This record gives sequence, structure tokens and C-alpha cells, in this order.
Amino acid sequence: MIEIRNVRKTFGALTVLKGINLDVNKGELLCLIGASGSGKSTLLQCINGLEPIQGGEIVVDGVSVHDPKTNINTLRQKLGIVFQQYNAFPHLTALENVALAPRVVAKRSRKEARALALKHLEHVGLGSKADSLPSQMSGGQQQRLAIARALAMEPSYMLFDEVTSALDPELVGEVLETMRLLKREGMTMVVVTHDISFARESADRVAFLHQGEVCEIGTAGEVIDNPHKEQTQKFLRREKRQPLEVA
Amino acid sequence: MQFQFANQGLGWSDTYFLAQGVLNTIRLAVAATIVGTLAGIVLGWLRTVSVTVRFITAPFIDIVRSVPMIIQLILANSFLSLLGIGASPFLFGTVALSLWMSAVTAEVVRAGLLSVPLQYRKSARSLGMNGLQELVYISMPLAFRTALTPWIGLVLSLIKDSALAGVVGYVEYMRSTQILITRTHETWLLLMGAGLFYFIICYPVSRYSRRLERRIVV
Amino acid sequence: MNGYQFYWSIVWDSLPLLLAGAWVTIQITVLAFVIGTLIAMPMAVARQRGEGWAYRFSTGWVELSRNTPAVFQLYIFYFGLGALHINIPSYAAVLLSVSFNNAGYMTEIFRGGLTAIPRQQMPAARSLGMTGPQSFIHVIFPQMFKVIFPAYVTQGIWGMLNTSLGMLVGLQELSGATQYAQSASFRTFEFFLATALIYYLIAKALQFSSQLVFRLIYRS
Repeated sequence: MIEIRNVRKTFGALTVLKGINLDVNKGELLCLIGASGSGKSTLLQCINGLEPIQGGEIVVDGVSVHDPKTNINTLRQKLGIVFQQYNAFPHLTALENVALAPRVVAKRSRKEARALALKHLEHVGLGSKADSLPSQMSGGQQQRLAIARALAMEPSYMLFDEVTSALDPELVGEVLETMRLLKREGMTMVVVTHDISFARESADRVAFLHQGEVCEIGTAGEVIDNPHKEQTQKFLRREKRQPLEVA
Repeated sequence: MQFQFANQGLGWSDTYFLAQGVLNTIRLAVAATIVGTLAGIVLGWLRTVSVTVRFITAPFIDIVRSVPMIIQLILANSFLSLLGIGASPFLFGTVALSLWMSAVTAEVVRAGLLSVPLQYRKSARSLGMNGLQELVYISMPLAFRTALTPWIGLVLSLIKDSALAGVVGYVEYMRSTQILITRTHETWLLLMGAGLFYFIICYPVSRYSRRLERRIVV
Repeated sequence: MNGYQFYWSIVWDSLPLLLAGAWVTIQITVLAFVIGTLIAMPMAVARQRGEGWAYRFSTGWVELSRNTPAVFQLYIFYFGLGALHINIPSYAAVLLSVSFNNAGYMTEIFRGGLTAIPRQQMPAARSLGMTGPQSFIHVIFPQMFKVIFPAYVTQGIWGMLNTSLGMLVGLQELSGATQYAQSASFRTFEFFLATALIYYLIAKALQFSSQLVFRLIYRS
């Protein structure tokens, strides 16, 4: 379980998160929606400890992320994250991309790491691309590679930071399909997205962030189809006016 | 400065003398390349991560690049002699060329490390790698790709600059050529030999590095 | 330091000699910079063309200047020409060899700059009725210099460092003058440290003044 307690985050004079309270339960898919600048991506990077926080606490399975005594590198193995820009390491093949962290962080043998990597590549449908370099792959394939890379550390949680925003529309579908697959398998997921239709169809719960605060939270049916807060209604009206990215 | 022997033509024994010069040039260039590169990698990395180191070492890098190699050689020679450290021309040459090499390599390494996009480093950290693992497995290999071509250029400069080590009494190829010219007056033959020697080493390497550069851009 | 006493006053006494040498260094640096530039401009255009005798000539020049030591180039001009009974003064030999070296390196710098200029610039200039050379002088080169300026200045400073080879052919530029001045006292370290400082100051002055010129020309 991830417990986010009163988290505050500032960049200089700018306050990005103004006391966020949020729980992520085992096995659920929580979608974070909100306008750009609402702090949802920042929150995700705070959960992973990639960004320091200025107040509050984030606790993952009983371990405080920002406690200096916490071994952050060990904790991060529990928290897979996939970013907006597909960050496949350009000097490594797909297989090496996935096998690297199991080998050097989890200290698996070379052979084990390879087998593990191949399993996860096949899982996301990239078994045939194992020896390709990222430069030889499409954006969608690279993003699925990034998912496989995170999965290979066998995390308990997967964090997705607008993973389809940088993709060409025709490549969005394959990445969303992979995410649905993970959900069916029972992975706990926190998904920051602009894709309201994905949130409606896949999320167990949806949280709407507005100006660094959780404005409204509930099931997809409650927050997206029946929002109570004025800001949520306004945001959704604006989003719906844009052409939907069809999966 | 030199003893003027009676004029003698080039003989077969002079080939041995020139071969010695070839070996000495190679010895000096290899030693200075290895020492300078290793020191430069460490210095470049330190200069990337630490503002203090960057500040302290800035004058060193600046000065090494603004003072002629011939002066650096003479200074290394006279300074080490003042300290009473040996009297080996090989050592003088290696020290001066390595210092230069470490300064310019550090800048190339630093530029390479800075060219690694933050997102790759973040990804690596998100997978649980610590700072050192990230450096070894992600930043270094990526920096290597950008730094390789300029580094090859530096090695070429170093090989050419090693031709100046004669001023501290090291008899590398250029110096042996000069000694033979003084004795035999076979100026053109010997000079052409020297030109060819350096050209044969440098030309293929610079061709290769230009091809490499084009390939890496892709 | 085995009780070594540094002895600076003798360097101070020789300062006029060193400064006279520095003046020769600056002269040769500036002249070789200008000569190198003038030769490199047409050679860069020829290299860009990729065929013909002019291309082969400039390619040969570039490869020779970049793949042999500067001291070898100087020896060709000094001892090589001397052996053919063309005895030129060491001043001229240093000037020619540094210009030769500058021209080779600058050709490649310029060529890199030329490739960065949009292809349509040339036809655009020609469509206004300019001749080929006019187009280069008024349209292409001004843009090129802006792109390559840092590398160009670096090459100028390199040329300055190369003038120190004059010492090897008996020219009393800064290094040669230092060599001469220290020979009476054997205070090698003090003399050459002072000389290193003067080189450093000249390099900084060149860098600074070229940046000033750049700002004046390109108003940026």
C-alpha cells in the first residue's frame, strides 16, 4: 500500500503540491487526472523518491520514501516507473535494456537476467525485438520496452507518467493494451494520464488534481461521469472538447 | 649545441638510429596517452559533479591550453630538475604531455557527460541503480560515444606534439631526423621520411575518426 | 627544493628583451591568421565542391597540415628550402609555416560552417544578379563566420602557440628571446615561467579582443 500524507512540494517560490493526501490500495488502478501544472507528474516522481519533498510523508509498504535512513535504491525496486519520453537506453539492445538492472541492482547472474529479460519482453509483445537497438524501434515499441524494463525488477507497484503523450496517435493503442494486460494480471498501478476515456474504462478509482491538491476522488463513474466539484466539471468539459485519442 | 662530425653520408647504421627514434616516439606517445587519459577521465568526472573542483582546476585547464607545448616541456624539465627528480628526458616528456592530455581530456569527458540527457539518468535511478552504477552503466557508455571522436583528435595532437620532446633531450623520431640532417645534410630525404612517418600514423586514424563521427550521428 | 633560491630580478631586468620577443610573436600571429584566412576561404569552397583539381589541391593541403607535426612543417620551410639554396630568414619561415598550418585547419573549420548554411542562400543571392564571388563575399561568408567564430578564434590562438617553434630556428620571438636571455644565467625555470605567463596574457588578450570584434560586427 502507498500512503501519501500531507505532501508538500515546492520549486523555489512555486508551490506545486499543497498537502496531498492519497492512498493507493493493493491491486487497484488509480488514475490521476488534471490540467498540466496541477502537480500530478511531480507527485509520481515524489513517490519514487526521484524528487525530494518539503513536507509530509510518503510511505510504501510501511517504509518512508524520503526518510534519509531508507535505502532508496532498494525501495525503488518495488516501484517501477515509466516516463513520458520513452527513455530506452540508446546504447543497449532491447534485451540488454531489460537485463541491466536485474543484473547490476538485483545481482542476478548474467544468464538469469537474460532469461528474465526475454520473459518480460515477450510479455509486452517484443520477443522478436530482443536484439534490436532502440533507434530501430518505433515509439510505441520503445515505450513497451520501458514497461518491460520496469517490470523486470518485479515491482509491487507500477507508476505511469503520461506514457502515451509523446506517441503518435496510431501507436497509443499498443501501449494502452499492455497497460490493460498488467491490470488484468492484478498489478497495482498509478497512472497519470490525459486520456479520459482510458481512465473511465480502466481505472478503479480516479483522482482529479487541481492546483496541487486532490480536488475530487472516487470511482470513474463518480468523478468522470458525475463530478460534484465545479473545477472537475470545468476540466472535463474542456478535455471533452478536444478530439479523443481513440485506443 | 651539437657536435659537428665530419660530413658522412647516410649509412645502414643510421636506420637503426632512426628505428630507435620511432620506438622512442611510440613509447612517449603511448605513455602520455595512457596516463593523460586516465587522469583526464577522473578530472573530467570530478569537474562535472563538483563545483569546487571545477573552480579550483579551471586555471590549470586554461593555462595548459594557452601556453605552447615547447614551453610546457621546458618548464617540466627545469621544475623536475629543481626538485631533484631524476634526469630522464622520457620522464620530462611524459609529465609535460600527460599534463596537457589530462587537461584537454577532462574537458572532452565533461562535455560528454553533460551531453547525457537527464531522462536516461533518472530512468536508471528509478530502476534502483545507485549513483555509481548509473555512472558506470549509463552515463559513461553514452558519454564515450560523444567523446570518442574528439578524444582521437587529442591523441593525434599528442603524437604530433611529441615531436617537440627533443627540446628536453629526448631523442624521438623528429630529433633523430634532425641529428642526422646535421651530420649528413641529406635534408630532403630525411625530412620526407619524418613527414611520411607522422602522416602514416595520423592520416588513417583521422580518416577513421571522421567516418566514426558520421556513423555515430545516425 | 635543495635550497634552491628563486631569482626573479634577473628576469625583470630582461623584460624589455622578452617584450620585444612578444611583439614579434604578436606580429607573426596576426599576419599568419590573416594569410591563413585568405587562403582557407577559397580552399573551403573548393573542398565543398568535392571534385576537380582545386578540390584535390586543397584536400592535399588540409591532410598534410593536419597530419604532420607543426615542427615538421617549419623544418620544410627553413631547412628544406635552405637545402635547395633558397635561404629565407627564420622570420619568414615561421610566418609561412604557421600560415600553412592555419590555412589547413581553417579550411576544415570553414567547410564545416559552409555546410551549416541553408542551401537556398546561394541561389537567392545569384537570383539578385550577384556573381559567384560576390555571393560568397556578401552573403555566404558573413553567415559562415558567425557560425564558426569560436573554433576560428581557437585556431588563431593555436597559431600563436605554434609561433613558439621559432625558437628552434633561431628566431627571437617570445620563446627564442627567452632562450637567449636565460642562456647567460641558466635561470631556466624563472625565465620560462615568466614567458608562460606572457603567452597566457597574449592568449587571453586575443580571445577578449576577438569577442569584442565579434560583438561589434554581429551586434550581438
